[in-house]
Formats: sequence, C-alpha cells, structure tokens
Amino acid sequence: MNLTLDIAWTHVRARVRQTGFAVAGVATGVGFSIMMASLMQGSQDDFTTRLVNTIAHITISDERRAPPPQPAETFYQSAEIHGLTPEARRPGIKNPLATMAALEAWLPGAIGPSVRVPSIVRYANQDVAVTVVGIDPRREETISDLPQQLRGGATLTDLFRATNAILIGDGLKAKIGARIGSNITVQTSEGARISAQVVGFFHSGVRSIDERTAYVLIKTGQILSKQTGLINEMRLRLRDPMVAREVAARIERDTSYKSISWQESNEDLLNTFLIRNIIMYTVVGAILLVASFGTYNIISTITHEKARDIAIMKSLGLSEATVRGIFVVEALIIGAAGGLLGFVLGYLLCIALGSIEVKSPFLDSNHLPLAYSWLHYFLAGIVALGSSVAAGYAPARKAAGVHPVDIIRGAT
Amino acid sequence: MTGPDSEVALIEARNVSRILPGIVPTTLVHDVSLTIRDNEFVAITGASGSGKSSLLYLFGLLDLPTAGEVLIRGRATSRMTEAERAHLRLSEFGFVFQFHFLLPEFTILENVTLPMRALGALSDTGMKRRGRDLLESFGLAEHLHKRPDQLSGGQRQRVAVARALANEPPVVFADEPTGSLDSKASEQVFLVLQDLVAKHGKTVVAVTHDLSLAARMQRRIELLDGAVISDTAAVERV
Repeated sequence: MNLTLDIAWTHVRARVRQTGFAVAGVATGVGFSIMMASLMQGSQDDFTTRLVNTIAHITISDERRAPPPQPAETFYQSAEIHGLTPEARRPGIKNPLATMAALEAWLPGAIGPSVRVPSIVRYANQDVAVTVVGIDPRREETISDLPQQLRGGATLTDLFRATNAILIGDGLKAKIGARIGSNITVQTSEGARISAQVVGFFHSGVRSIDERTAYVLIKTGQILSKQTGLINEMRLRLRDPMVAREVAARIERDTSYKSISWQESNEDLLNTFLIRNIIMYTVVGAILLVASFGTYNIISTITHEKARDIAIMKSLGLSEATVRGIFVVEALIIGAAGGLLGFVLGYLLCIALGSIEVKSPFLDSNHLPLAYSWLHYFLAGIVALGSSVAAGYAPARKAAGVHPVDIIRGAT
Repeated sequence: MTGPDSEVALIEARNVSRILPGIVPTTLVHDVSLTIRDNEFVAITGASGSGKSSLLYLFGLLDLPTAGEVLIRGRATSRMTEAERAHLRLSEFGFVFQFHFLLPEFTILENVTLPMRALGALSDTGMKRRGRDLLESFGLAEHLHKRPDQLSGGQRQRVAVARALANEPPVVFADEPTGSLDSKASEQVFLVLQDLVAKHGKTVVAVTHDLSLAARMQRRIELLDGAVISDTAAVERV
C-alpha cells in the first residue's frame, strides 16, 4: 500500500469511535440530502408530468402578439395619423384546415382544432363561469389525455350521444351537483344559450381545469360562439414536450398567430421550480457543510494528537507535501466512507418515505412522489468528498508546517 | 554528492549562529566553526542549555542557522528548498532521539521500513528483507511484528537506531540516545553506536551529558552558552 494511504488508514482505523462519529455525520448529511433531493425532484416531476399531460403542449389561438399595422400607416409612412380605429377582424383562424395541413407536414406530433368559448354554466340555481371547449373527438385522442381522464366508463364518442352533449370536470360536477343525464344550461356573453346534457365526467388532477372546463363537439361550440365554421384555437401534442418552445416559435413565424408553448403559459410556475431548486440545493449544501465540521474536528484532533509523529516523520525526511497528503487522505477516507454509507441511508430513507401513506387533496396518489436519480447520489457524494477534503485541508496544512525541532524539544 | 573518501568534510559549520527571535532574543548557538569528517565518533557535551541539541539540529538540517552556513560535503544548505533538505535527511542522515519516537500504531518492522518506503529505492520485498536484517542484527528478530509499547525502553531505542540506519545513511545524529535508559540499556545502545563507526564505517554525532560515555568516543566537542569551548580534534591537530 502507498505510504501516505497506509499511514492515513492506520490513523483513521486507530480511532474507531471518533472516526465513526465523523463518518456518521457525513453519512447523515448525504443520506438526508439524497432523500430531500429525491422528494423535491419527485414532486416537481410529478407536477410537471401531470401538467404536460393535461394541457396542450402548444396552443395556437386566433390572437396576434402585436396588432397588425394599419393600412394608412403602411401607405403613408412619413405622415402622422391620429384617430384611426383598428380594423375590425372576424374572430377565428383563417383557413383552419389548410393551416392544419401545412403544419402537419412538418410537425413532430399531432394537431387538433377546437373552439374555445367563455361561458356560464347554470344548474340548480348556481352560476359557474367555465370555458367550454368544442373538440373533434377523433382528433382529441391524439392531442390530449382526455380519453384516459374520463371517469365512470365514459368515452369521447359519448359526445355524439345527445344533441348538445357535454363532458364536465369532476370539480364542476361537485360544485353544481350534476349527474349523468342532467340537463344544464350553458350561456355566453354573446347571448347564445343552449341546454346541454351531461354525458360524462373527467378528472385531470389540476383543480383549475376540473372545476372550470367543459368539453362539447366543435359544432356545439360554434353554436355557442354564434359563428358557423369558427375555429379559434388549435392544440398540439408533441412527441417530445421539451421542444415545445422552439416548435411554438416556428409556428408563430409561419402563421403569424399567437402560438404559446406549455412552458410559456406556465412560466411563473417554472420560475417557482427554479427558486425551489435553489432553496433545496442551499439546504442540502448547509446539511453537508455542517457534516464537514465533524470531519474538520476529527482531522484537527488527529493532527493535534499526532504532532509528535508528524515531527518525527518530518525529521526522518518525509516532505511537507507527504505529511499534508496523509491528513487530506484521512479526510477523503472519512468523506468516502460517509458518502457510501450515506448512499445506503439515502436509498433506505427514500424507500421508507415512499412507503408512507399520505392523504392529500393535492395528490392523486396515496404515496409521496419520489424521483430516484443517480445524479442526486453523484452530487451528494461529490459535495461530501469536496467538503471533507476542504475541512481536512486546513488542519493538514497546519500539521505539515510544524517545525519538528519545536515538537522534539517539547517532548524531550 | 561527493563520495565518503573525498577530502571534502562530511559536515562543515562556518560561523554558525542560531538566535531565537523575541523581545529578548535567545542565543542558542554562537559563532561555531568546525568540521566533521567521515567515520568519526563525535560527542557533543556541555551543561544543560549550552546549545548541544541546537547544534545537532543545525547539522542535521532540522533547523536553519540565523547566521553562518552549514555545508554538507561542501554544499551550502541555506539555499536549498525545504524539499531538498527533507530528501537529504531521508537519504543521507539517520536520527536517534532521547525518546524513541516510534509510530505507536505500526509494528517495529513497519517503523523500520518507513524511511525506505518514503525514499522508494527498494522493492517491497527488498525493504522487508532489509528491515528484518537490521532488526535481527540488533537482536530483535523475535519482535518484528510487535508494536513499540510491547517492547522495553532499551529495545525501543535499538529499534530507533535500526530505523535511523534504514536507508544506509553515512551519518547518524543521536540526541541523548541513552538519556532515558538505565545503565544496562545505555551500554547496549552505546555499543550499537560504537559498532556503527568501527564496523560499518558510519559517522556518529551524539549529544550526551554523560561524560563517561563521551570519554569513550573518538572526539569530544564541549559547548558553553552556545559556543565551542573545547574540541579534542583541534587539540590533536595542535
């Protein structure tokens, strides 16, 4: 065995209890860091997955980011024009079928048309503001998880069962007390009013959707908006949701319609995740920093106790670098042992945490969402090793700088 | 480094002084000039606080003079780096102190092979063989795998001498090597040191306050307040 490693290992082995406490400190830090990272990542992944599966990856609406320039502005660029009224435009996406066909030629996913109508649902003397979305059941299967979210055996084709069939979220159902077959009134600000028959319920897991969204056929949506042939929204599902931002930008360039990716529509939420991650890594860092104090303590104690041995090793001709190396290696041994033990502890803590039954209105599952990632172990291990070496370096440097004569004189 | 047969002195001190800084500076060694040649058995004597050990540490490059120069085989040591001085101590010098200073967690064989491992000139087997031979030559063959606390004081000091000889250094510095031993053990250690000079051609520079032991050495250097007040080699030359 290498001399430095041999001496370091012998020192560490000779102080089983002290070393054990230092290793336990690091292991606890690493274990709890892994558990915390796993829980935070798990809850974040769970939420993101649910979000991504529930909403469209990209939504193209009939709006534009900036109002189109007025014809007068285009023709008389040097003239200053006052009092122009914006050109009234007919709502909806122009030539929706041609637009869809053009996009389908290159889109890495599927696209579906819909009509979005802000409405009020009235039932049993209760008025609830909802968004009614007119959909094409055949295409909907390819662009959303709605078929899987339907409860009680309902299917999307049930929308064809009645004249004005409607699917409502289970949150809305609970709010107004509707049942299958109930006839509810849907009314819009344009004055359109229909009586719709409830043919099914869905549960997306996102409360705002479950309480405030209803699905009808496209033609029912068009009746509500009082515009035949209207398509005011196209929804897309991509094979890789992570490229939504880039695809949305290209669609917007090609069609000039406002195209919003799921990331853009949830920017605030994703920023919150970033802040949450910063908090998590700060706390994890603090845990490991506290653990490294134990390493500092043990290495300081060993160097203090071993002052005479250090002096004699230096007098025999061992260089400062070798002596320093001995104590840095000791810190590394503690860090590595603590890290490995911490991996086991972290894994067991995750299993234990995952087995606890939790009843929460915010979770569909009865168990806490946990993410098992080698990255958590790798990061915790690296930080544990790094902080152990940093904690061991100061006393090691001090020990290496010992003047052997001072110690030998003191001893004699 | 020049070989032992060279005319160049093994160790030469030129007007060497060592003063400890402080509000009232303390002079440990004052203007010492002398030379030590190969195969000498030198005793440095003097009263307590006369600077005997300080002079030995300066010769052994464990300490640096505040004035003057220590030359090893004609090579000035003041301009050497700490790493160069450490390497010189490892390869050319052996040290024996009043206390054995063996590493308590290691066996005596491991203690003896430690300087060899630091130097790295021999294979693992070669180091173990040499360590075993050395310990056998000091009558410690049956204690190879014992730890220092399982040996008597005299045995530990003999292990310390064996360790000092691990890398076959031409010179051994001994600081009160018999100071902590009873008379029987002292005699054993003295005979070991004497053999190093007589049979192995080593140079031994030993600090001792035991005048009867000093009288049995080839050369005696006596210090008073850090300065040399008598040197039998100088008397012989006169």
